[in-house]
Amino acid sequence: MSDTLSKIEKRTAYTLLLPAVFLVFSIILFPIFANIWISFKEVSLKDIRIPEPRAKKIVKSISDNNSELKIVYKLRNSSLIQKISDVEFKDKLPSNVIPVDLDSRCEFKSKIIKCQFGEWEAKYRENFEVIIKNENNNEIDKKVIKSQKPSLSGKADNILLTTNFTLKNFKKVFYEDDFVDLLLTTFYFTFFGTIGAIFFGILAAQLVNQNFYGRSFMRSILLFPYVGPVVALAYTWTLLLDPNSGTFNALMVNFNIFDEPINLLGQKYMVMNIFGFELKLRLALTTVIFFEIWRYFPLAFLFILARLQAVPKDLYEAAEVDGAGPLKKFVNITLPQITAIISILFMIRFIWNFNKFEDIFLLTGGASGTRTLPINVYQQGFAISDIGMGSAVSIVIVLLLIIFMFIYFKLIGRKANEI
Amino acid sequence: MKFKSLTVYLLASSIFLLCLLSILKIMSTLQGIDFTNLNISQNFILGICLSLGLLVVGNKLNHFIKIFSFTSVFTIFYLYINESAPIWYYISVFIVILFFSHKVKNYNLNYLKEDFVSEKIIFDFITLFGIIFFAFVILFPFYIMLVTSFKTQIALLVNPLDFSLDFKKDLSDLFKSYFVIFDTYNFGRYILISSFVSIGTVIITLMFAIPAAYAVARLNFFGKTFLSSSILIIYMFPAIVLVIPLYTVFSQLGLRNSVVGLLIVYTATTLPVAIYMLQGYFKSIPKEIEDAGIMDGHSWFGIILKIIIPLSLPAIASVALYVFMIAWNEFLFSLMFLDNPKSFTLSRGIQYLTGDAETPRQYLMAGSVIVTLPVLIIFIYFEKYLVSGLTAGSVKG
Repeated sequence: MSDTLSKIEKRTAYTLLLPAVFLVFSIILFPIFANIWISFKEVSLKDIRIPEPRAKKIVKSISDNNSELKIVYKLRNSSLIQKISDVEFKDKLPSNVIPVDLDSRCEFKSKIIKCQFGEWEAKYRENFEVIIKNENNNEIDKKVIKSQKPSLSGKADNILLTTNFTLKNFKKVFYEDDFVDLLLTTFYFTFFGTIGAIFFGILAAQLVNQNFYGRSFMRSILLFPYVGPVVALAYTWTLLLDPNSGTFNALMVNFNIFDEPINLLGQKYMVMNIFGFELKLRLALTTVIFFEIWRYFPLAFLFILARLQAVPKDLYEAAEVDGAGPLKKFVNITLPQITAIISILFMIRFIWNFNKFEDIFLLTGGASGTRTLPINVYQQGFAISDIGMGSAVSIVIVLLLIIFMFIYFKLIGRKANEI
Repeated sequence: MKFKSLTVYLLASSIFLLCLLSILKIMSTLQGIDFTNLNISQNFILGICLSLGLLVVGNKLNHFIKIFSFTSVFTIFYLYINESAPIWYYISVFIVILFFSHKVKNYNLNYLKEDFVSEKIIFDFITLFGIIFFAFVILFPFYIMLVTSFKTQIALLVNPLDFSLDFKKDLSDLFKSYFVIFDTYNFGRYILISSFVSIGTVIITLMFAIPAAYAVARLNFFGKTFLSSSILIIYMFPAIVLVIPLYTVFSQLGLRNSVVGLLIVYTATTLPVAIYMLQGYFKSIPKEIEDAGIMDGHSWFGIILKIIIPLSLPAIASVALYVFMIAWNEFLFSLMFLDNPKSFTLSRGIQYLTGDAETPRQYLMAGSVIVTLPVLIIFIYFEKYLVSGLTAGSVKG
């Protein structure tokens, strides 16, 4: 009895899970594996379209009463790089209409012209002509002929499914001159973005955890940057920071803080002179990092606040009795209570920032020293249209991610479950 | 000891006052008043004098008389130091100084003798300063976004600091950018598509996620632990590594330039979080209620439909809102998949507008306001659900 019940339970579980699992597999897991396949291939954006034979039909009259017509089929191979084999052509004629002097590749049978064109090279073009006439010398309706669309079929290799592999993409990725620079940029962006977001998150959470008028209002406002659409926010920032007519630079120049406008998003380096040391700051990258912090500190804030509110109040009261000041209370009570959530947040934000694409893309497009790995995927795949290269870079990202996740689960996976 | 805490108090309070006055000055500059100097050092000294005066007087005077007299005197000093400005500016200065004087009412000479007082002072002023700082830094871009949409490109190029709005103008003149983006840039269509995609994603995601989450939460089957632990790992995999394979496959299937393609991708990417959030909630529903359902002869589907869903409506609402926001804000896939203006979502539409450098910025900002407003309204209105959704989303991840 119980045996059959557990069987039913299992079957129900699988039916309930199937749709979700299937969808997630096909849209998330399959592409990750497909990346591996594509990254070993030489594919560019224009190869993706499967080549197909195409025909454009033009009808011309060659006799006065339209009892004879000339049809010109403009045939072509849609692909500029791939051949199509076994091209077959079919077109239907109305009754009583027959072709005259049909091409040797074709035959006419039961109102249908059927041709075998064999192999078409890449870029193949041909003007294929057929003269048709009415058996009874009556007029042929041009419109009827024109409205009948020819059908073509052919076999072409789908470049994604062939089995020629190459290591060229990976060689290019790793031996590219600025691969190290690319990794470093990604690392700077990720690390400082994460640290900054957590720092401001702690600050904001500590603020909101106190009692003041308008506290819940403040809490909503603090989350605005996180819930707002990235497109709108990024463009607002670009307008704000624009060197020519942006409000920020105008204000700074107006109050004599800057001598002249600074292109915060378009200038790669800024040389600063601090105590006689020349410091080269990566300006655009710093600005992007600040945007990142601005946008994602709310998430850190939310988690830390939730944790802070769960800290028992008597801990603080006891500390006060023991004569601890606010700083001591913060260091000895608050910080230990939030270290676990901070380490989790650090890993989550680190992984997410590592993959961040939209923010940088919308702010700088990856120019002026802000090219990170995800931006590189886009640039290789879509700007240079080398899909294979883009996939190879994706694979590098996935590998690094797996390493991060491994570290994450090793270090704090168990801790995470305790919270 | 007393000297140290006195210095700390004077520095912290005058820096705080200076920040308040500077922010007021910056905001007034944006209303078209011609200020060119923040007068940092003078205003700083003014702040020190004010705090010192308030401290010394302490509780000896009635609180209201004290703050009003101090505020009036110092507003006049401020007037004397700084450039001339319209009367409403001085009223605002008066209010700011009044607010400040009121805030430091707890400080007097005796208070400075207490233990840890300098630490307490620093913490107090960091709190005050932090509230002002965060509010300013967060709201300023939103303010610029909103106000720019009511201005014109030419006016902003002439004076990029003048954000004053002329309310005497016709309303239709004021909202001109909004009319233009609906008329010439097809934003009505983008809104429809965005809403359709977002709501569609919510519905399909819930349809797939509720049964799956129920199975993970309640039923025993082979591979359950593996599945529940892999949900979050899958969620961690970023969109950017999925883009190229999905682009190629969707191109070949003809799904690329279509809303259906977007729906499929959005649903798949939000499913793991949705399942994760829901199963956590389902586990908290007492099992006895379901046992009663089984006794009544309901099938598993009946139990989900008649017991689980009605009991977990708050959780479902928060998942729905969360998914809606993800889908509404999504940009990467709409950028990659859509290149026909007929099927653009709002985000993609705005990005398309910026592709043309000639597009006046007020149209861009009007578009940005339109895409931001629904999310913010939903967020403010349903904040409770959304915040619980956000936290449940990855507290354990």
